[in-house]
Amino acid sequence: MLGTLRTLFLTALHAFHRRATVQYPEQKPYLPPRYRGRIILSRDPDGAERCVACNLCAVACPVDCISLQKTEADGRWYPEYFRINFSRCIFCGFCEEACPTYAIQLTPDFEMGEYTRPNLVYEKEDLLISGTGKYPDYSFYHVAGIPVPGKARGASERERPPVDLHSLLP
Amino acid sequence: MHALALLAASVTVMGAVMAMTRRVAVHAVLYLVVTLLALATVLVMLGASFAAMLEIIIYAGAIMVLFVFVIMMINLGQPDSAREKEWLRPRAWCGPGVLATIMCAELLYCLNPPSGPAPAPITAHDVGLSLFGRYVLMVELVSFLLLAGLVSAFHIGRNRVGGR
Amino acid sequence: MTYSAFFTIILTPLVILGLATMLTWVERRLLGLWQDRHGPNRVGPGGMFQAVADGTKILFKQDWIPPFADRGVFILAPVIGMMTGLLPFAVIPVTMGMGIAGDMNVGLLFILGMMGLGVYAVVLAGWASNSKYALLGGMRAAAQMISYEVFMGLSLLGVVMMAGSFSLHDIVAAQAGLWFIIPQCLGFGVFMLAGIAQTHRLPFDLPEGENELGAGFHTEYSGMKLGMFFIAEYAGIVLVSSLVTTLYLGGWRGPFLPPALWFALKAGAMVVFFILLRASLPRPRYDQLMALGWKILLPLSLFNVMATGTILMLRAS
Repeated sequence: MLGTLRTLFLTALHAFHRRATVQYPEQKPYLPPRYRGRIILSRDPDGAERCVACNLCAVACPVDCISLQKTEADGRWYPEYFRINFSRCIFCGFCEEACPTYAIQLTPDFEMGEYTRPNLVYEKEDLLISGTGKYPDYSFYHVAGIPVPGKARGASERERPPVDLHSLLP
Repeated sequence: MHALALLAASVTVMGAVMAMTRRVAVHAVLYLVVTLLALATVLVMLGASFAAMLEIIIYAGAIMVLFVFVIMMINLGQPDSAREKEWLRPRAWCGPGVLATIMCAELLYCLNPPSGPAPAPITAHDVGLSLFGRYVLMVELVSFLLLAGLVSAFHIGRNRVGGR
Repeated sequence: MTYSAFFTIILTPLVILGLATMLTWVERRLLGLWQDRHGPNRVGPGGMFQAVADGTKILFKQDWIPPFADRGVFILAPVIGMMTGLLPFAVIPVTMGMGIAGDMNVGLLFILGMMGLGVYAVVLAGWASNSKYALLGGMRAAAQMISYEVFMGLSLLGVVMMAGSFSLHDIVAAQAGLWFIIPQCLGFGVFMLAGIAQTHRLPFDLPEGENELGAGFHTEYSGMKLGMFFIAEYAGIVLVSSLVTTLYLGGWRGPFLPPALWFALKAGAMVVFFILLRASLPRPRYDQLMALGWKILLPLSLFNVMATGTILMLRAS
């Protein structure tokens, strides 16, 4: 009996506690930079697409929501199309971990509600952003040993010039 | 007022007839409740509003709910409705019906319609005085009966610990 | 019948329905308050029109009658619930003049009778739904509500003995000197518990028991029929609060403020208390509920009747 009355009193006291609710649309919660929200495709510092269409993200995706097709231009690989079905995506971040070029990244943004399901299928132009995302200085083709227009073989960072097989010098 | 009383009385009779002829037990109980409510209305018009309210509380509100409760527990189904239908053949109810009609006609013939002003309302005070004055022996006997019922219900329903 | 009486008869159910609807919002706001949240605060000022939005939604929901249900009784059950929820307000005297039949000489018994008939709504809904959860809810409701009706009636006897009348007007008039909550504190406690059990409100909402029986007796209900059960439940809270106000808290009596405001204040405080009970107490087990009733409340209310009678006898002689 006394315990019941004490419970009632303690519950009534909660009227003077701080509210735990975040009044969402007016008052946004703090999302850390590595929050796993909407997926984007980032670009090099030069402005070229980072994605090399290696398909690793599509393989890593546990719900198979990523679909892409490789194409090639001047020795560089591009996705011909890159499609993420966000009605399937579970925002696990495996694609970001699998990506060898830091192209696919998850951002602290979750406000992507739609009235119709097809609107949740994002194409490459929807996914591509103009910036570099979380890795501002990284450029895959600057560190990879592949020759591309404007960069000869062996001209990458931390790469020695190619060995001249015809030379007899050590 | 007279017409309203007649209406309530006919609702009572109709409800009773419907209660007898329904095949689903719960429907029959519901019609019985309607009968009791109409009866309470008649009682109110006769000035016995205390008795009417007791009728609603005890009969319609408690005892009939227990009926519904029991019917819910025993889970009657289609075979039971069929059996009820079997019992409702004219051969089964013709004889008692005729006899009851004769009795009813005799009753109506003997009954004198009340004349003069409406009777004074019977208050709870009057009911209490007559219960504990003139009818005190009856009340005590009924309470013995209830006590006996209570004790036997407790005896039947008691929890036998440690097997029999 | 005078014009004003006709007006009162039309107005009272509308006011009660409005109150019951608004109470859904009040309850959610208050639950939020006691759970460190805000509750519905979006629709209209402070979320006031949430009830309107919910009402509109529930009106346009599909009204589905299960094919295995007993159609007639299934429809009848919410009607009974609504009727028995609204009818008792006819005899509640808000003030001396406000109220349809406040001086009915068996007013209190009328309310008890209507509450007794209210059991049918729950029991028949449980039976007519023809599903096991609804049936279990209906059975629990039958046993719980019949039992607590007994204690409710017995606890009210003390008040009736002190006032010497079943008329609610006379009962309020008898509280001119002292509110009955002080001499009848035992009866008050029993009546409160019985009132909660009778309106099957939390913490005594075993007929519903969301986490064990789905939704109990109204598992199969949808659309406005479900809404009618809800409105009947909230009307029941208003009813028990106004009854407590009338019987134990001196009705419309109070200094300075107008009588109607006093009544509203007292009844409102009781409603808030009911919601506080919901916010803080867990639901007892079924046998605990019955044991509380028959082993504690019944002896207490009988003792209350006996003690009141003895004191009244001694004082009279």
